[in-house]
Amino acid sequence: MTTPALEARNVSHSYGARKALNDVSFEVARGAFCVLLGLNGAGKSTLFSLVTRLFALRSGSLAVMGCDLQREPRKALAQLGVVFQSRTLDLDLTVAQNFYYHAALHGIGKAQANARTRELLAAVQLGDRLDDKVRNLSGGQMRRVEIARALLHQPRLLVLDEPTVGLDIGARADILKLVRGLIASEGMSVLWATHLTDEVFATDEVIVLHKGFVRATGSARALLEQTGAMDIKDAFVTLIGEGAP
Amino acid sequence: MTLAAYAICLKGIIWREGLRFLHQRERFVSALVRPLVWLFIFAAGFRQVLGISIIPPYETYILYEVYITPGLLAMIQLFNGMQSSLSMVYDREMGNMRVLLLSPFPRWFLLFGKLIAGTLVSVSQCYAYLLIAWLWDIEAPPLGYLTVLPAFFLVGLMLGALGMLLSSLIKQLENFAGVMNFVIFPMFFASSALYPLWRVKEGSPWVYYICQINPFTHAVELIRFALYTQFNPLAFAVVFGCTLVFMLGAIVAYDPSRGLMTLRGAPGAAA
Repeated sequence: MTTPALEARNVSHSYGARKALNDVSFEVARGAFCVLLGLNGAGKSTLFSLVTRLFALRSGSLAVMGCDLQREPRKALAQLGVVFQSRTLDLDLTVAQNFYYHAALHGIGKAQANARTRELLAAVQLGDRLDDKVRNLSGGQMRRVEIARALLHQPRLLVLDEPTVGLDIGARADILKLVRGLIASEGMSVLWATHLTDEVFATDEVIVLHKGFVRATGSARALLEQTGAMDIKDAFVTLIGEGAP
Repeated sequence: MTLAAYAICLKGIIWREGLRFLHQRERFVSALVRPLVWLFIFAAGFRQVLGISIIPPYETYILYEVYITPGLLAMIQLFNGMQSSLSMVYDREMGNMRVLLLSPFPRWFLLFGKLIAGTLVSVSQCYAYLLIAWLWDIEAPPLGYLTVLPAFFLVGLMLGALGMLLSSLIKQLENFAGVMNFVIFPMFFASSALYPLWRVKEGSPWVYYICQINPFTHAVELIRFALYTQFNPLAFAVVFGCTLVFMLGAIVAYDPSRGLMTLRGAPGAAA
């Protein structure tokens, strides 16, 4: 049996007395597009901070491609591509310089980094913006650059935290299409955190997170059957037992 | 990871810091203007007030400008150390720090790379200052310009590590003003940068003892002696020891498994 791309076992995390994650367990299968669905404050960003080791895991376990984050952190991080909710590009550097810096941080030499940068920027239709300052790109273009940069070191799992926040409808659709395409073209697995139910496809795997608890996991289709809802939005509302997002 | 990969990573961190420095020309200018104002205005006015007796490493009577030059060099490094700490707080708020911390290289190595990069910037500033001072007829022995280089490196590392430690303790960018008041000014004024310690002792023994335990005093003395091709073992021991302690503190504070970041909660991850 193949190990999952991401495996969370009994993960809990608190900020002082407030518990942000409560005994969270789930798996992201290899090659899956898995949506982590939850309202703001559900614990999605906390989970991301734990997966990316920005926070220490104090309870439970996390493994990326079978590498335990506590025991083999460097091996796990090497297989992980991350797009955070807040932008992490250096606005004063050019697109190429941002890529070069990221490549260096992964020990990738200049020649290899240049070739991969061109290839990835072409894939996100920004091949002609190589020497532009990031500051001069639109919000949607910056997001595409960040996604391309996250793929530079050829990770096996891409995790994205609300990557479409603040983008218009067209840019949102472009980003979704791009990332879904990566599963086929790069053979990778994706964990996509969002609070927008219209970003979920029937074939996607879904993890419903609410107030730090996992309320449901399974394919979007299975959740519809389980709740008897007409669409994923209704299913989500039923599962969390609150008003619509 | 191979040794070559480590070298690529270190080069990348230094390159980015250098680029950032070049983009902020005003940072370079202000880093030089500050000590030059002290040199040209403060020292010119003060030289009549304060007589300097012959104290090691000087072998003759010296002008006040000559006396405060090592202190001003250390001041450049102090501001630079705090500035790179400011840039780390900024990086954290802007999210750039996450890019660094997501690297699969050991965290101590990444932070050490940051330190080296910041130190190189401060060393270049020091030499630019020495050049201007030389044009102003403040000359050290020719060999001194070479022997002071390791001192610059060590002091740069110590103050950079202190800045890094502070940056891991500061929660938000706005709090950085406090660092100016509670770290930079007390460190600078309670040291041998502006006045010899025997003078301070005459005025107030208490302030003298505070100056003695201030690592910045020893940073100034290490530079002062090295600039005159001499080695000050006590200053070296204090600066070296403090560098290790600050560096270790910074690494621990940035370590997610033990550090303060977890306890305080990293920015942007409160949901």
